[in-house]
Amino acid sequence: MTDVTSIAISVGFMALLGSVLAMVLILANKRLFVYEDPRIDDVEDLLPRANCGACGSPGCRPFAEGLIVGTFQPAQCTVNSKEANKLIADYLGVDLGAENKRVARLACAGGSHVAFIRASYAGLNSCRAAALVSGGGKGCAWGCLGMGDCAVVCDFDAITMNKYGLPIVNEDRCTACNDCVEVCPKDLFELHSINEQLFVACKNLEKGEEAENECEVICTACERCAVDSPEGLITMQNNLAVIDYSKNDLASKVAIERCPTGAIVWFDKQGGYQVGKDAKKIIRKEMLPIG
Amino acid sequence: MGLFNLFRRTKTFKHGVHPMAHKEQTAHLAIKRLPFAPKMVIPLAQHIGAPAVPLVKPGQEVVRGEPIAEAGGFVSVPMHAPVTGIVRSIDQLVPTAAGPKTPAIIIETYEASRQEVLYGLEQDLESLSREALIEAVQASGMVGLGGAAFPSHVKLLPPEGKSIDTLIINGCECEPYLTCDHRVMLEQTDKLLAGIRTIMRATGARQAIIGVEDNKLDAVSKIREKLVKDDAITCEAVETKYPQGAEKMLIKSLLNKEVPSGGLPVDIGVAVYNVGTMAQLGELIPQSRGLIERVVTVSGPGVSKPGNYLVPIGTPLRFLMEQAGSSSDANEVIVGGPMMGMTVASLDVPVTKGVSGVVVFKEENEDQKNRPVYPCIKCGACLDACPINLNPSMLGQLASVRQYEVMETDYHLKDCFECGCCSYVCPSNIPLTQYFRIAKAINRETKAVAA
Repeated sequence: MTDVTSIAISVGFMALLGSVLAMVLILANKRLFVYEDPRIDDVEDLLPRANCGACGSPGCRPFAEGLIVGTFQPAQCTVNSKEANKLIADYLGVDLGAENKRVARLACAGGSHVAFIRASYAGLNSCRAAALVSGGGKGCAWGCLGMGDCAVVCDFDAITMNKYGLPIVNEDRCTACNDCVEVCPKDLFELHSINEQLFVACKNLEKGEEAENECEVICTACERCAVDSPEGLITMQNNLAVIDYSKNDLASKVAIERCPTGAIVWFDKQGGYQVGKDAKKIIRKEMLPIG
Repeated sequence: MGLFNLFRRTKTFKHGVHPMAHKEQTAHLAIKRLPFAPKMVIPLAQHIGAPAVPLVKPGQEVVRGEPIAEAGGFVSVPMHAPVTGIVRSIDQLVPTAAGPKTPAIIIETYEASRQEVLYGLEQDLESLSREALIEAVQASGMVGLGGAAFPSHVKLLPPEGKSIDTLIINGCECEPYLTCDHRVMLEQTDKLLAGIRTIMRATGARQAIIGVEDNKLDAVSKIREKLVKDDAITCEAVETKYPQGAEKMLIKSLLNKEVPSGGLPVDIGVAVYNVGTMAQLGELIPQSRGLIERVVTVSGPGVSKPGNYLVPIGTPLRFLMEQAGSSSDANEVIVGGPMMGMTVASLDVPVTKGVSGVVVFKEENEDQKNRPVYPCIKCGACLDACPINLNPSMLGQLASVRQYEVMETDYHLKDCFECGCCSYVCPSNIPLTQYFRIAKAINRETKAVAA
């Protein structure tokens, strides 16, 4: 066999093989074709692609699919700017939807200047780790341990730790993605609409003096807020005031006025909060001694 | 001896570590009774399984030994009054060693309360059927006294299709500082053997092996003296090594069998009990009494009167430490041993059925502080230490990036029993065991949410 024929054979064989495989691919493309709405890609481009899950879908692409089917409304994406959401609404020709801004709130106000620490914890710097060592050493078994697992997990830098070891939520940045709620070993974070202004910043289930021995801003279950408010709005459950948010329209500042410790607070819509007039004033700035 | 050992090696398992034993402080001290604390706190969930259900009401008078709570299910045990006194309250929020507050019965001790137990009825063990024996074990409120506090009667009933062939009695006590099992073996040898014979009858086991570490040879010879010729019970010395007292390790050492991954000893026909459990059963069952006290080693540099104390269940740690002469600069209290025990944050925590020791440290002995954590240098020391041949290095790296599910599915996280050998040897001070505890806690929670 000459060189020329062997080259011709190999070239011919490769060409044949190539075309056969190409046919297989063409057939597969025709037979197995899945139609996908091209708008999904376009809408996804307009979304932040943070995949935070705040809207309730697992990520931005499923949210985009939901937008097109109509199960979601553009305003439900709390991470996107209003303009971008408007663009999506215009592009799809749907209603923008009512924005219901939700934020994470911490149900504990016991920083190191008001809450006693009974035993100091040494070890891995994580709330989850500390919680497994006899609860973390804080006098209040329900309180914030202050090692900032929530600040680490927050994708939007919305949580910073203050000098008393309490996480502070920046409401502008918070997208209510639920990450801090999941990471907190004491289950202290709750997601609330900014219209839900009345909030109990405590989870302690002890009563009266026993509770006050552990923390100065604790809910002592004195029931004043429940008595002062319209019936059913606040109930006492296991020595803790619990707000029924389905009756949120009835909520007013009356509830916080007579709270002796300031455990129940009123959030204004700018992100700050106020306690009642009768709440004891905390002037201490330094940390309480351990023990 | 070294040359001799070449030919006849002591029974042991591979890997493990050799921490300083520190047992000389209390090993020679006989078991001593402790006075009653003025207030006893008996948590309803001292064991693994469903919490007990209280039988008493506040204001009711109880006699030492009287049942005060009944079992809340099959995997649960009743509780008995440790003192004669009056039930003050059933408090919902009593601190525990683990952290979360749990319900407990509070009993105020009468000043004239005596150590003698009047409650109970003699019963003839020979006439009892197997089922009645198992019921009697549950009624005694017995749980594993080695530390796990798993209800003893549950292990007596192997699941369908399995049977118990060998009983292993764990007298290793591999944790540093603890000597309570050592003293029990020396002082309560007869009760120990009586307990073993009862349990052998209840399980139908063919043989029983008492495994004792070879730093307690006096206990081995004491037990061997009491054994009869051709006894079904034997006593073996095993190498002194941590965690020799872990049930899977002891089975490997004595029988050279491995418990399958994710399985229980019963899968290979074995049940493991602690010597303390057996000795207590040997005493309680013939008189149908309940577990109301246990031997606790109080030791460590922070106490001036260390010892092995017979402590009523429910005694607050604060009282126990006062009795043992705890110094004012004591700053760390661990219930259980220093390797696997729990540091407590509150001295109001009571002694429960699973507490085998209380170790108290002072400031100067605490060399843990300010030890910086360095990155993993992949030296493999943890692999050589892990008694169940896991890869703690890989698991640790996965934990630091929160890949908890991968740890469980691909790296057998569930087989880790948190012995702490990997953290002990790590030259970079990585808190590996703590990482694994977090991972397990989170996986448990995820599963609970999914279910």
